[in-house]
Order: sequence, then structure tokens, then C-alpha cells
Amino acid sequence: MRIGCPVCGDRDAHEFTYQGDGSRTTPPLDADQDQWFAHVYERTNPMGRHTECWLHTGGCRAVLIVERDTVTHEIFSVRLAGAQAAIHDEEAGQ
Amino acid sequence: MALRTSRAGAWVRCGSVGEACSSPDHANGNGGVIRTASIFLMFLRKILYYHHICELWIIVVRGGDEALILTDRYSVLSLLGEALRGNRGWKRAWRAAEPKPQYDVVIVGGGGHGLATAYYLAREHGLHRVAVVERGWIGGGNVGRNTTIVRSNYLLPENSRFYEKGMTLWEQLSRDLNFNVMFSQRGTLNLAHTPGQMDGYARRGNAMRLEGIDAELLGREEVRKMVPDMDYSDQARFPIAGGLLQPRAGTARHDAVAWGFARAADRLGVDIIENCEVTGFIRSGERITGVETTRGRIHAGKVGVAVAGSTSEVMRRAGIERLPIESHVLQAFVSEPLKPLIDTVITFGAGHLYISQSDKGGLVFGGDIDGYNSWAQRGNMPVHEDVISSAVTLFPNLARVRLLRNWGGIMDMSMDGSPIITPGPLPGMYLNSGWCYGGFKATPASGWCFAWTIARDAPHDLNAAFTLDRFAKGRVLDEKGVGPAPELH
Ligand SMILES: Cc1cc2nc3c(=O)[nH]c(=O)nc-3n(C[C@H](O)[C@H](O)[C@H](O)COP(=O)(O)OP(=O)(O)OC[C@H]3O[C@@H](n4cnc5c(N)ncnc54)[C@H](O)[C@@H]3O)c2cc1C
Ligand SMILES: [Zn+2]
Repeated sequence: MRIGCPVCGDRDAHEFTYQGDGSRTTPPLDADQDQWFAHVYERTNPMGRHTECWLHTGGCRAVLIVERDTVTHEIFSVRLAGAQAAIHDEEAGQ
Repeated sequence: MALRTSRAGAWVRCGSVGEACSSPDHANGNGGVIRTASIFLMFLRKILYYHHICELWIIVVRGGDEALILTDRYSVLSLLGEALRGNRGWKRAWRAAEPKPQYDVVIVGGGGHGLATAYYLAREHGLHRVAVVERGWIGGGNVGRNTTIVRSNYLLPENSRFYEKGMTLWEQLSRDLNFNVMFSQRGTLNLAHTPGQMDGYARRGNAMRLEGIDAELLGREEVRKMVPDMDYSDQARFPIAGGLLQPRAGTARHDAVAWGFARAADRLGVDIIENCEVTGFIRSGERITGVETTRGRIHAGKVGVAVAGSTSEVMRRAGIERLPIESHVLQAFVSEPLKPLIDTVITFGAGHLYISQSDKGGLVFGGDIDGYNSWAQRGNMPVHEDVISSAVTLFPNLARVRLLRNWGGIMDMSMDGSPIITPGPLPGMYLNSGWCYGGFKATPASGWCFAWTIARDAPHDLNAAFTLDRFAKGRVLDEKGVGPAPELH
């Protein structure tokens, strides 16, 4: 499996660390128990298209949001996560 | 010399020995050959005759009815009898059952756990109108893909008690099922490489002993005596400090476990329906009252789901979108057959590797899951490298051994590494899941507890802690104390 890092290019899966379901968003600190429970423990775990986080440990160390098929491992899209994405876009714009 | 050659010639030329033969050898008046041949023939006929008597004996003893002539029970006698009648009389291990419209209980998933559940439902709870509905074939799931390790060396009492129940069932299983599951109590040895790990294992061993489970803490020299072929040199990357041994642990033949439970359940009246995928659930209000399958609708008083790695997708068909479970692929590896090298099960303490040797001589080993959600029953190369390098680190003499086979299975990784055996989450439904790396060893205990839970609508003491709501209530069973992650044992 290879992941196309927006910063480093196409790299072997060896270089990355999986960080789980990337479709979840952290609830606010004062959110109720149910919301926190759902965030920490519950997963949709689909067979097919899955949005997930990968850390480019052996490369730029950016967190990537990857859309991948969990059956064929086909990768549909890769982008930088959150704040990093903003910085990257800014630099790219300069 | 002359006689030998001409005899050989006679054998070759005469298709049917002892019959009138115009072979020049015989015509040359080689009477010795003919005599030897006919003595042999007589002997052959005697054997054939005996064979008929045996067949007759079987027919008489079994009542003469065509259907009953088939040999059902496995024993030394039936083995001998069948050997003599050309193994033509063995009864099918289980019927190819057609789905009936209605059952008391339908179990979704014909893996080890589903089959064991059906068996114990019939045997312990007198429920005989039970069906096991399997998408593929019996033995095609994880039950036929695992590295066959059976142990009960846990730290938390809830887990120890459950797995120890399993151990006692394993110890009887071949006899109970009348099927040799080749349960081999060759011991499991967890290696320690640091003083800290030795302390950890002392703690675990003590916890096990407090539960009445066998555990022995071994020093380096005792380990060396037991498994002399590991790296004990000064250059060893991870020097072996000692290990924790559970002598009653070991391995069992995984296919035999699936077949044995299937056959024993079938004999108790359970219908095992293969090539039948559950595509949806029949509901009346909130209540689950049956399953929709590729072979039609099947109504049921109760529906138990035991589909291991497929849990999330099957439960989605009942409207349950989120569970504390992720599906991950775990790979297994088998080497070319070798002479006896490892007569126990060894786990590496400085990486993730478990290794044993099958009766055929192949080294059977595995390590980590691939680490990302996967529904593909095949894995990727990083784990090959990791597992194989761990094996060679521990056993340098394996460096030139060739790998024969490798495969993967989809596992139901729970968020605390412990299983779920529970009524619900919907009325009429029961869930068995979350087996992570280690559900094979749980097979009998899981079936036993799940059957109890289904039959009595409440968990047994042994699985009372394995609820689905423990995550929300903060009562997780986290063996390692490392927090929520779908990658634990
Ligand atoms: C490589 C590997 C090594 C392992 N090693 C060990 C080990 O050494 N020791 C140990 O204790 N455990 C081990 N395990 C774990 C163990 O094999 C599993 O936890 C256990 O087998 C799961 O239970 P099961 O046998 O019922 O699963 P399975 O055999 O997977 O049964 C589930 C069944 O459900 C069926 N199913 C799925 N969806 C549907 C549907 N919609 N309709 C009908 N049927 C459906 C599947 O076809 C499958 O047959 C290992 C697993 C793997 C993959
Ligand atoms: Zn990168």
C-alpha cells in the first residue's frame, strides 16, 4: 500500500502510522457523557470507503486525512489535516 | 536369482494372477511361479472374504437398514471396520440442511463461536430447533485461519475465570464432541527480556494462581533448558531474562474444532445452513423476530449474532450504526516443514511474535495486526517484515527457512481488548463479538456462555462483565491498562 503525501509525494505505507477514524470530531470539553462516550469508544467501522488519519512518521510528520477503501485499499483522496492544512495552503499561496 | 526375475516377469505380464495364462514364462513350465501366485491369490481372497464378513457384521449390528449402515460414531473399532470396507460407509459429518421457515433460535455466523453456541444450546438447554446460518462454508472464517493457541493466562479475574472455564472445556472437548480436536497441552511460554517484564509476569502469574490457574515463573536457565534453540548468546539483541509458563496451555487443530462442533451440533438436531448470507433482520416493532437471507426468510424466537470480524456490517443491517468495535486484519504464517524444533508455544517479549510448530512440522507464527481498518482477508508487507524479523531475532537458526503460506483474517477488535457476550442490543437479539487476537481459545467457553445467555435471557456469572454498555459505564476490562484502542489483545 502506498499513500500519496501532499508534502512528500507517493510513499510506502511503512513510513506512516495509522491514527484511526478521521471522520470523528472532538466534542467540546463540557459536552455530555454520551457525546464523549461516542467519541472515545464508538466507531462506524464501514466495509468500503473510510475516512481516516495517518501520521507521516517517517517523513514530514504531518497528519493526513485519507479516504481509503477498507476492502481493496484503494486510496481516493489524501489531504493535510486541520491547522497544518491552513499553513500548507498559505505557503503554497505565497 | 533366476526365480526372482522370472517371477517378476510373471507378475508383470499376467494381469490377473492365477488365471489360465499363456505367458511364455509359464509355458516354459515354471510351476513355482504359478504356485506362489495362487497362494498369494488365496490369501487375497481370504482378506476380501474377511472384508465381507466385516461389512456383514456392521450391517447386522447396525440393523441392516441402508441408512443405518453408515458409520456414525468415531472409535478405533469403527475406524478398523471402515478401513476394511474401503471407507465407504462413513456418514456425512453434518447434513446439508435446507432452511426451515421457523426456529426457536437462529445463530448468525457458522464460525467456532456460532457452532459451539448451537451445540451447547442443544446439549445444555434442550433447545433442538436451532439453526446456524453461515454466509460461506464451515471453517472459512477466522476459526480456520488462526494460529491455534489456547491459554488462560490473564490478569483480570473476569477474563481469567472465563478463559479458565474454556480450558476445562478444552480438556474434555475431543471426548464430548467425539471428534479429535488434537488439543495438545504443550504449554505457552511468554518470554521476558527485562527485569521489569519479569516483575510484570510475576504479578500475572500470582493473579493466575489466585484463580487456581497453573502458572510458573521460569528463570533464564530454565527457559534455556526448555527451548535450547533461541539466541542466548552475548550478542542477542534482546537477551532472555526468563518467562511465564502456563503448562496446561497449548494448541488445538482449528479445522477439527469447527468440524467437531458442527458434527456434534448436527447430531443433536441443529440445522447447519451453509452458503446462506444474512442480508437483513425481520422485526416486529423494536423486536428482532428472524433473519432475511439469500435463501429466504427465516423466523426465529431469538437471534444470536456471532460473526466475528463482520460484526459492524451485520449489526448495521439491524440498524445499529455504531459499536465499540473496529475490523482489522491479522496475518498468519507457516514455514516449510522442519524436524522438531519448538515443542511449546513461545511468545516474544520485545516485539509481537507468537510461534509454535504444527504436527506436520511447519512453524506457525504471527504478530501484530496490520494496524488500520481492514475488511480484506489479506495483509500487507510491513507486518511480514516485522514478524519475520522478530522470529529470526529470537531463533537465528530460522534465517534460511522458507515461508510456505501466509493469509489473513478479519478480526473484531473491541475498544478494551475484551469480548462482548450479551443480550441485546435489541430485544430478541443477542451479541457475541469483540474477540480481538484471541477468540479461538475462547470457542468452547464463548459458546457455552452465549448459549446460556440466549436460553435464559441473562448472562451467566462468567460473562456478566462482558456487556456492551460497560464502555459507557466506565467498567471496561482493559487487561493492559492502556486506554481505549482497537488494537489490544
Ligand atoms: C491470523 C489469525 C490468527 C489468530 N490466532 C489466534 C490464536 O492463536 N488463538 C486464539 O485464541 N485466537 C486466534 N485468532 C482469533 C480467532 O481466530 C477468532 O477470534 C475467532 O475464530 C472468532 O470467532 P469465530 O470462530 O466464530 O469466527 P469466524 O470463523 O470468523 O466466524 C464468523 C462467521 O460469520 C460468518 N458471517 C459473516 N457475515 C455473515 C452474514 N451476513 N450472514 C451469515 N454469516 C456471516 C462468516 O462467514 C464466518 O464464517 C486468530 C485470528 C486470526 C485471523
Ligand atoms: Zn509527508
